Amino acid sequence: MSARKYVKLNVNGKPYEANIEARTTLADCLRHNFKLTGTHVGCEHGVCGACTVLVDGLAVRSCLIFAVQAEGMIITTVEGLSSGNTLSPLQAAFRKHHALQCGFCTAGILTTTHALLSNEPDADANRVREVLSGNICRCTGYVQIIDAVLDARAAYKQGPESGR
Amino acid sequence: MNVLRNAYIGQEVERIEDFRFLTGRGTFVDDYEPAGVLHAAILRSSVAHGRIVSIDSATALEIPGVHAIVTAADIGEQIPTIPIRLAPIAGLEKYLQPVIAREKVRYVGEPIAVILAESRAIAEDAANAIDLSIDSFDPIPNWRTAEIDKTLLFEQNRTNVAARYVVGFGDTDAVFANSEYSRREFFRAHRHTAVPMETRGVVAEWDAAKERLTVNGATKVTFFNRRALAAMLGMAESAIDLIELDVGGGFGVRGEFYPEDFLIPFAARKFKRPIKWIEDRLEHFQAANHSREIDCELEIACRRDGTILALRGRIFADMGAYTRTNSGVVPAKAAQFLHGPYRIPAVKIEVSAFMTSKTPVGTYRAPGRFESNFFRERLIDMAARDLGIDPIDMRRRNLIAATEMPYSIGKLVPYENETAYDTGDYQAALDECLRAFGWEEKKKMFQSRKIGGRYHGLGIACFVESGGAGPRENVRMTLEANGHVTIAVGSSVLGQGLETVFAQIAADAMSLPLESFHVLHGSTTIVDEGFGTYHSRAVVMGGSAILDGAKNLLLSIQNAAGLQFNCRPEDVTIQDGTVLGPDGHTSTFAALAAAVGPVSATGTFANNKRTYSYGAHAAHVSVDPRTGHVAVLDYVAVEDIGRAINPALVHGQTFGAVVQGLGGVFLDHLIYDDNAQLLNASLADYLLPTATDFPNIRGVTMQLHLSPSNPLGAKGAGEGGMVAVAATAANAVAAALAEFNVQPNELPLSPPSVWGLIQKSNTLRI
Repeated sequence: MSARKYVKLNVNGKPYEANIEARTTLADCLRHNFKLTGTHVGCEHGVCGACTVLVDGLAVRSCLIFAVQAEGMIITTVEGLSSGNTLSPLQAAFRKHHALQCGFCTAGILTTTHALLSNEPDADANRVREVLSGNICRCTGYVQIIDAVLDARAAYKQGPESGR
Repeated sequence: MNVLRNAYIGQEVERIEDFRFLTGRGTFVDDYEPAGVLHAAILRSSVAHGRIVSIDSATALEIPGVHAIVTAADIGEQIPTIPIRLAPIAGLEKYLQPVIAREKVRYVGEPIAVILAESRAIAEDAANAIDLSIDSFDPIPNWRTAEIDKTLLFEQNRTNVAARYVVGFGDTDAVFANSEYSRREFFRAHRHTAVPMETRGVVAEWDAAKERLTVNGATKVTFFNRRALAAMLGMAESAIDLIELDVGGGFGVRGEFYPEDFLIPFAARKFKRPIKWIEDRLEHFQAANHSREIDCELEIACRRDGTILALRGRIFADMGAYTRTNSGVVPAKAAQFLHGPYRIPAVKIEVSAFMTSKTPVGTYRAPGRFESNFFRERLIDMAARDLGIDPIDMRRRNLIAATEMPYSIGKLVPYENETAYDTGDYQAALDECLRAFGWEEKKKMFQSRKIGGRYHGLGIACFVESGGAGPRENVRMTLEANGHVTIAVGSSVLGQGLETVFAQIAADAMSLPLESFHVLHGSTTIVDEGFGTYHSRAVVMGGSAILDGAKNLLLSIQNAAGLQFNCRPEDVTIQDGTVLGPDGHTSTFAALAAAVGPVSATGTFANNKRTYSYGAHAAHVSVDPRTGHVAVLDYVAVEDIGRAINPALVHGQTFGAVVQGLGGVFLDHLIYDDNAQLLNASLADYLLPTATDFPNIRGVTMQLHLSPSNPLGAKGAGEGGMVAVAATAANAVAAALAEFNVQPNELPLSPPSVWGLIQKSNTLRI
């Protein structure tokens, strides 16, 4: 059977720890051990993008790395994109443009586009579509998502973390 | 509608549900995990057709953390079968699916055993350790093999042809015998399915003390599913509650009663533990309903001027291995909607439904419509070309006029009554589509031209689509002590934003701010009866029930205020959340409810008349003749839905449906081999549209003709964006490749298939 391992992870600025099977993916660890269920799992093989989280600022599929590999890294999930009862500018733009329907893919799309705009606040529609082509949404047809991301760009132009 | 103040209806208000989704606070089924839960994995058949020889669980049971393994032997003498919910076509009832395979397996993915363990990973380890022996029989990979009846899927039925019937009106054969022009073509829609982002899941909890069962993860038609489950388990319906959590997309596939909807609750009751099963993506592809696989031979008879005189056709439906809850909808509606938005004096359609050894078929957004619209609109384009008529003129000549409404299309469905299109100006929608698309200018610049190595073409298609299925929907509305109003509905939520839309309707009906409302849905206990969400019915039926509930709640508030003010209820007036009595008595709703307690009323809306939305789509494509790749350069979808409660949400439905439809034309394809093995059951192999595939989509929502069937005047809005996509795209490809006389009559239009059509035409010309 699978060996067990004690992991300590930094998620959304807080320390988390759990005794897990070594084969546990970061996605499953976040969801089932840390109860951070905002990150969703749609395919478990890195295609759909729903489970995307930020690892040291990069958009990473949390179903494709083991939790034990993420030790020592800074992890941000959708729960960490805003605090309390506020929405980040990106989240607010999604709401304004009706860029989500069922909400299942939304976490991965937010983390992916947050990483993009943090690095490229001037990304144009083609660039946004190119980066988002790794995230599948079955509800929206992507049109209103692109509108929302383009609208949110202004908030990122004051610096890498300004979109928070 | 004059009773409504229209402060919210028609406004693009931001969705109430968005905050929780945007901040990761939704509760989807896998987010719910009761204490003491056991995780289930399901061992499924890897053989398409065969007989189970033995199931040896001994090794699997020795794995630490494995609690139990359930097979058919544990279910009992009689294995329950899943009942038909919709489309009871005579014959289909002989092919129902048992909830678990006992002797025969009939498709890859059929459940054979349920493994319960401390974790899902251990349960999956154990599934792999079960020693399963199956004797393979010849598979039945398609309807043509099924029709021969050489190998039988159900020996006792002595045939694989589950149903065959003819519908129509007029003397079709005589019209064809005497027609100036006719053409017959063979069309094919390919097997594909909805693939919602969230896979299915069930979390069942057994309360041994109260002998109550709670089943989380239900949606769509929770009341029907509860009735079915109660019958299978021999329990009272009132002892079961089906709970709908947040739902990651439905599109027809999710929320129907599947084998797991019995197996997991059964296990929870048997082992007195909460049981959780979350479908993985491979299972989803093998186990959840497939759809769309219909072949059609279709003939059209016309005058030389393009006037359609008759339509005659044969529908050949591959139903997969079993009849599921709504399988019959697919062929039945394909046959009915061959008629489309046109004046056709004579129609004759033969429908045949064949059982094959593949995953069973059910509905996927615009079931049957997507397919038959493709068949008919392709044939109209081909007839127009033969007759030397512009395809748009041909459509104009035959579209039903606004003055002809309501327009009967007779009884084209064996299990339904005669139906009639309710209202509409089909020409106006076509005109709007041409205008919005810029048809005339684009035609001059692009139609059938080769530009930069690619062939350009424009395509158009018209459609009509039904919605608003009856018979009833119910609500209970309660003025709470804090002055807020809760609305408990029998409708289900699949991600469309009903919490917002229902609040908009109620806010206008009660002249209260949107924030005063809280929509409760997703429990079979909060209202006595509900019919759910399918067939684009939630706003039409649930929304209209809210109007009735709001009216009754205002009466109840009047009565309560009368008692409080010690006056006759009719002397109480209500204004924007305040009750005013004689002698200067006044009270806010909140103060009244605080004084007298919550005030409640029910509402219902009953209706058996369908709504019929309609419209037209237009596309501009370019084709690379070297690869067969088709680029969609512009796409416009126009639909009249009567009344849009929230236009932003309606647009979202349109965009989503068009892109799903384009996926169904160019990408999505469930590919089976000759052994009836599904070859591409993963998202890496089954292609879905991504953000770069179809960036140029436009939608126009018209509100021209209200539906007379409901007080909102609304027509179904969720599926019209899908209906005409295959026809429009294929007509555009045909126009682009006109010089090759390529006729794309079989879906999908993948690069190899389009390339193949071009090659074939070249060969023929040589």
